[in-house]
Amino acid sequence: MDVLERYRPIVDDFEAFRAACERPLPRVVRVNTIKTGVERAVEALEDEGYTPEQADWNPTLLRLAADNPGANWPYVHGWIYGQEEVSALPATVLDPSPGERAFDACAAPGSKTTQLAALMEDSGTLVANDSSLGRLTALRSNAERCGVTNLVVTNSDARNYSLDPLGGEPFDRTLVDAPCSCEGTVRKNPDALAEWSRERVESVAALQKGILRRAVQATRPGGTVVYSTCTFAPEENEAVVDHVLAREDCRIAAFDSPLPAEPGVTEWEGETFDPTVARARRVYPHLSDTGGFFCAKLEVAG
Amino acid sequence: MNDGHRFDRLPATAPGRTDEGRPTREEVLAFWEERFGVAPATFAGHTFWEKGSGKLWAFAGEAPDPTAVEALGMVFLRVRQEHWKPTTEAAQRFGREATRNAIELDRKRAERFLAGEDQEIEWDGDWGYLIVAHELAGGVEPIGVGLYLHGELRSQIPKGRRRDL
Repeated sequence: MDVLERYRPIVDDFEAFRAACERPLPRVVRVNTIKTGVERAVEALEDEGYTPEQADWNPTLLRLAADNPGANWPYVHGWIYGQEEVSALPATVLDPSPGERAFDACAAPGSKTTQLAALMEDSGTLVANDSSLGRLTALRSNAERCGVTNLVVTNSDARNYSLDPLGGEPFDRTLVDAPCSCEGTVRKNPDALAEWSRERVESVAALQKGILRRAVQATRPGGTVVYSTCTFAPEENEAVVDHVLAREDCRIAAFDSPLPAEPGVTEWEGETFDPTVARARRVYPHLSDTGGFFCAKLEVAG
Repeated sequence: MNDGHRFDRLPATAPGRTDEGRPTREEVLAFWEERFGVAPATFAGHTFWEKGSGKLWAFAGEAPDPTAVEALGMVFLRVRQEHWKPTTEAAQRFGREATRNAIELDRKRAERFLAGEDQEIEWDGDWGYLIVAHELAGGVEPIGVGLYLHGELRSQIPKGRRRDL
């Protein structure tokens, strides 16, 4: 089945989009500033024969040639973390400060968790949750390699997340980087669309709605929730945000995307969404030369 | 009593101790200072916890009731054994401050150490656990922990962290 064809009505220059989805992605690493500075990481990579190129929108992101091997000294020291460029967007938009209380609701395997910890300068409290104990093992290993110590790891269903271990206190900032159909990762994983079905999209969308609702409830009035996916499907993006806007006391905030991006869509297959979902941003492979992504910033009211 | 499935905070000093085998915060700070020269102030922002027998965690955040959580900061020290042993991650994160019982390897030896190999080496300092470092990008950077005995440095890099560069 040609999954991408369904996006022809919402994607400008559809043929360029389709062509971009077939190109492999450059390998990107993020400098873990808990353990070193960008300059020293660049120097260490150059000493190992790499030619790192800084992303202009985020100096901690370094593009390497695609065929580089995985293991090297900077990796061993936790100075770098392999992370697709676009996946550094949601933590950048959430922008937690040192000393705050932040929540990563669907955290494993930890690329965004460790990025949040670095933005918080390993201070305050960062709670990383995942429903899969197996995936949490990977998260813990990644966080320890990065030298993160402000982290609480929990294993529960984010749809009914309990704040009890944290004294009932809500969070300042929450990231919901939701499980999704992963269509936007097709450039690094050409099989990403092989298992696609409408039923799977509907089923994961129901999960996403439950997780985002609980995330808004678990965040203090005036706090921020960022919702992101790596899929193009409006059912998992704007429809989820629309559902939560109608049921929880929150609004969607405009933000400047540091990567080229398009507004959220307000109509899809005959359904109309809250017009403010246009403030969300869609990142497309042919416009930003990254993977595909969706990102919305919510402000909790009250 | 120690319950291996629960996080218990280390008592500050001996009078607060309810579990005989559990070290105090004071003892842990003294260990890092005496063995490696790492100043107690290095850990000023961290609370210390035990979960799992002898597994100590250093945590920079706040969690009023952490009994049900999976992890709290970083596992940084193994105790309840004759010689306390820092983890690889703790050596990397806190071992930069080490002024003694720290050994610097050249590139070849550092690679062998990372691969998990034991190697004969000259060392006129103490036997026991050493912080093992090498030069990287203009500075000396700790890799992990080695056990020095009988002229041999035994790599303590856990299997999952070993790499053949």
